[in-house]
Amino acid sequence: MSIINSMNLHIEAKSQNESFARSVVASFFVQLNPTLEQIEDLKTAVSEAVTNCIVHAYDKAQQGEIVIACNLSEKEIEVKITDYGKGISNIEKAMQPFYTTGEEGERSGMGFTVMQAFCDDVSVVSENGSTTVTLVKKV
Amino acid sequence: MELFIDFEGGSIVFRLVGELDEHSAEFVKRKLDSAITSENFNAAIFDLSRLSFMDSTGIGVIIGRYKLLKKQSKRAYVRNPSPTVDKIFRMSGLYEIITKI
Ligand SMILES: Nc1ncnc2c1ncn2[C@@H]1O[C@H](COP(=O)(O)OP(=O)(O)OP(=O)(O)O)[C@@H](O)[C@H]1O
Ligand SMILES: [Mg+2]
Repeated sequence: MSIINSMNLHIEAKSQNESFARSVVASFFVQLNPTLEQIEDLKTAVSEAVTNCIVHAYDKAQQGEIVIACNLSEKEIEVKITDYGKGISNIEKAMQPFYTTGEEGERSGMGFTVMQAFCDDVSVVSENGSTTVTLVKKV
Repeated sequence: MELFIDFEGGSIVFRLVGELDEHSAEFVKRKLDSAITSENFNAAIFDLSRLSFMDSTGIGVIIGRYKLLKKQSKRAYVRNPSPTVDKIFRMSGLYEIITKI
């Protein structure tokens, strides 16, 4: 599919950037005339992936970078969210509903499940020091 | 994110206003926990009519508070979620423990 527009966003892995990141991607997506529901779906999925970089990829004290790359084609947006943190050793396990390595009782382990429910495709690659979650949302 | 607390009959009402994500979760948890442990009430209602955004971090926040309420044998209810928040509640099974009213 031919790409008609693209944008890249580099942010520090800080929770105060979450709202900014998902809003920027949603605004970029508007070019494809999505429905309100499609915008909200993408916003939520992007928030999941960005939050995972902040919570899981880097240690609390550690500074880290998140790169968000968006490609628009006629009928869909592809959003690649990359971190350079500790990586995911077992991706299949990580993507299972209710699986979490987070704080006991405070994390539901539903992030990937939400991404899958709210996007048309979700894929994860974690190797050579970087982890990339790719989300595809069709209009 | 803002949290307003008031009472309706014997119920405490938590009105969540704004966006509930990793950034606002700590604040919301702290305020909810202190109200749950210090106020007098029979049941808790989460009013989500002005919650404009929530992701899975919010599911964890709600489940954590549900557990605290359950320890005190108090029921939890939720009302007026947006369509997107409603979808998250449905898919995560939250409505099985917290009734929508
Ligand atoms: N970018 C990442 N780097 C390292 N580990 C990750 C990353 N993203 C996810 N994980 C791992 O995958 C698990 C599942 O992620 P998922 O988002 O589904 O749930 P969660 O973040 O633990 O909980 P929730 O999203 O419901 O708050 C995480 O607990 C973590 O172990
Ligand atoms: Mg998560």
